[in-house]
This record gives sequence, structure tokens and C-alpha cells, in this order.
Amino acid sequence: MSKTSDEDHDPIAALIDANLKRVYSDLVQEELPDRFKDLLAVLKAQETQEKAGK
Amino acid sequence: MTKTDPRDGLVEHLPALRAFALSLTRNGATADDMVQDTVVKAWTNIDKFAEGTNMRAWLFTILRNTYYSSRRKARREVADVDGVFTETLSVKPEHDGRLNLSDFRRVFETLPDEQREALILVGASGFSYEEAAEMCGVAVGTIKSRANRGRARLAELLDLNAESAFELTDAATVAVVSGGAPVAP
Repeated sequence: MSKTSDEDHDPIAALIDANLKRVYSDLVQEELPDRFKDLLAVLKAQETQEKAGK
Repeated sequence: MTKTDPRDGLVEHLPALRAFALSLTRNGATADDMVQDTVVKAWTNIDKFAEGTNMRAWLFTILRNTYYSSRRKARREVADVDGVFTETLSVKPEHDGRLNLSDFRRVFETLPDEQREALILVGASGFSYEEAAEMCGVAVGTIKSRANRGRARLAELLDLNAESAFELTDAATVAVVSGGAPVAP
């Protein structure tokens, strides 16, 4: 497979990818809502309960 | 010896999973619901996860399947509005040579799902074309062409040409090297 349209050689693609990374990393760094940690805790607790009930 | 539960690894992927969901759905509430569904599915189907493989890729795959199946349902009820506003959205780089990130984000959000997805996977989150192709269930060439069409569309809407891109890349590099965020005037 050729590497013709690769972002390494295309300044426009490189610029776009750099901005994509900035947008994405801003999103990744957003604080995670508590509901997800709560959810994992609930899932874990349910399983412990099921095991104990067996 | 205690066997580690792969589910203990879920939590560390949540920020990336949520970022992917936000990029796909463009809506905070919908994104969080998608992440919640994905976590529950992953938790209950953990036996289908092959240990030693990429958990993030596995989670992203579950999330995108969830997203597309809910979209198919929604599509039967409302018309697809993707692309309606794109013609009026063209923005030019600012005079100081920096590309405004919120303009970039706004324009990015007008791209079709498939292009946004390909660009986030390979352009932003560092998956290879091969991994992205597998996650999306399409050929490598399809991912490449989606990503390239997305980049071309962004370049068009942002009025980027080789010359301006070179200047902007230079400015962005300087900003990154000098410690990140641009200083507000």
C-alpha cells in the first residue's frame, strides 16, 4: 500500500490532525461524571450479592 | 495467585470512551447515556473480551454499535439533518495565524458520522487504520478514504490551503513548545 496521501507529508492534514488531537484531549480531560463510578460500584455490588446468594 | 478481573480495567478507559461518545453524538446527555449502556454491556459480556487484546478498542466498538443502532431507530422517526448548515459555516483562520479551536470544533461537528468517527479514531486517539477498520467492520481503504474525505471537507470549510496550513502548523508548534494554551489578549 502506498503512502501518498499520508498526513506526514501533507501540512493541511497535519494541521487538521493536530487540531483533532487538541479537541479530543480537551474532551478526555473533562471531569468524569460521578454516575459512572456509581454505576461500576452498583454492578460490582450486584455481583457480590449474586455470588453470596448462590 | 489471584486472577485479575479485566473489568477492573474498565474505569481507566472511561474518559477516552466518553470523549469518543461526545465526538460521535455531539450531545452531552446522549453521550453519557451511551457510555452508561456501553459499561453495562461490557460488564455483563466480559467473557467475550479476549484478555490481552486492546480493551479500549473493544469498548469503543461496543459504543459505536450502540450509537448506530439507536440512530437507525431514531432515523425512522426524524429526518436526518446532517449537513444542513454546512454551507453557511465556512470560517477563515484568524489574523494572528491561529486556528480558532471552537471554530474547528463547530465545523468538525458538521461532518457526517462516518467521517467524524474515522478522524477521531485515527487522527485523534491514535488507533491505526487497521485497528479502526476492524472496529468499524469495514476495509482499511474505507477508513482511509473516510478520514481523507473528512480532512478535505474540513480544509475546505476552514479555508485552509498549503500556505496557510504551513503558517498555522508553525504557530501551533510554537504554542505547544512554549507550554500549551494560547494566552488571551
